[in-house]
Amino acid sequence: MTLIDLANPTRFLALTARLLPWLAAATIILLAIGLYQSATAPDDYQQGATVKIMFIHVPNAWLSMFVWGVMSIASLGTLVWRHPLADVAAKAAAPIGAAFTFLALLTGSLWGRPMWGTYWEWDARLTSVLILFLMYLGLMALWRAVDEPSRAARAAAVLTLVGAINLPIIKFSVDWWNTLHQPASVMRMGGSSLDRSFLIPLLVMAIAFTLLFVTLHIAAMRNEILRRRVRSLQMMQASRVAFSEVGTGSREGSTSKEVGAA
Amino acid sequence: MIMSLGPYASFIVTSYAAAALVVVILIGWIVLDYRSQTQRLRELERSGVTRRSGRSATDRP
Repeated sequence: MTLIDLANPTRFLALTARLLPWLAAATIILLAIGLYQSATAPDDYQQGATVKIMFIHVPNAWLSMFVWGVMSIASLGTLVWRHPLADVAAKAAAPIGAAFTFLALLTGSLWGRPMWGTYWEWDARLTSVLILFLMYLGLMALWRAVDEPSRAARAAAVLTLVGAINLPIIKFSVDWWNTLHQPASVMRMGGSSLDRSFLIPLLVMAIAFTLLFVTLHIAAMRNEILRRRVRSLQMMQASRVAFSEVGTGSREGSTSKEVGAA
Repeated sequence: MIMSLGPYASFIVTSYAAAALVVVILIGWIVLDYRSQTQRLRELERSGVTRRSGRSATDRP
């Protein structure tokens, strides 16, 4: 089976029905391992046990940007190749991305209070992630506001690609501006500055959360395909009703004319 | 083994609890949405509206 075959929603539903249980199982196993490693990781010499917040904050922060990246690629698929599943993929990813971004903001805030002495600071990193969260909400509102899926898809795709400008701003905000947030410590030139006892649980949790996203995304895409089928069947039903009313109406009209003539 | 979370235990526990809650809400929303869509499709098919291909909209091919 090639990627082109997946462009067919019916084939996509069939393939993902077989794939989803395996993905869900892998997610649960990796999450369990990651949570165990997070719980048994040593305390940091400066932060103490609060370093454990990192194991859920960082994967959610990565995913908040990763999901927008996925939506941007899907938006290209909508605008350039008009792939039948591209808009479905982008629309299904938005609420999941919004949830991860919300968690990144919340856990960051809960980590910031004991470490920085404040829940919130209007610095470049925090503000740019808040903007990302608001953009997710805006996109979801746009999809809900427009009835016709194809019209909503094009508008949402343009907005998603424009919003992708925010991704490098989030990533490099800690280098470009003075912020409370620490600079990159995992993905940076010269390798990670984290000790292995923190790095391994963090990477396991990051992979587990990424698998969680893939599983939820595929399930949400399946729902979106079914929702579109419901919509098209409802439109068929409505047009049948309209046709039958027109037919009945014209017969009644001709009968009254005949009566009038008589 | 009892884990010691130090003086900021409430921040750590709240973070993990919030993450668990949000993930459970996401899963619940997706499961309920799936049930709702398949039920609506079945109702439509029961009322005689079928896809042009003639296949059931909920069937796995």
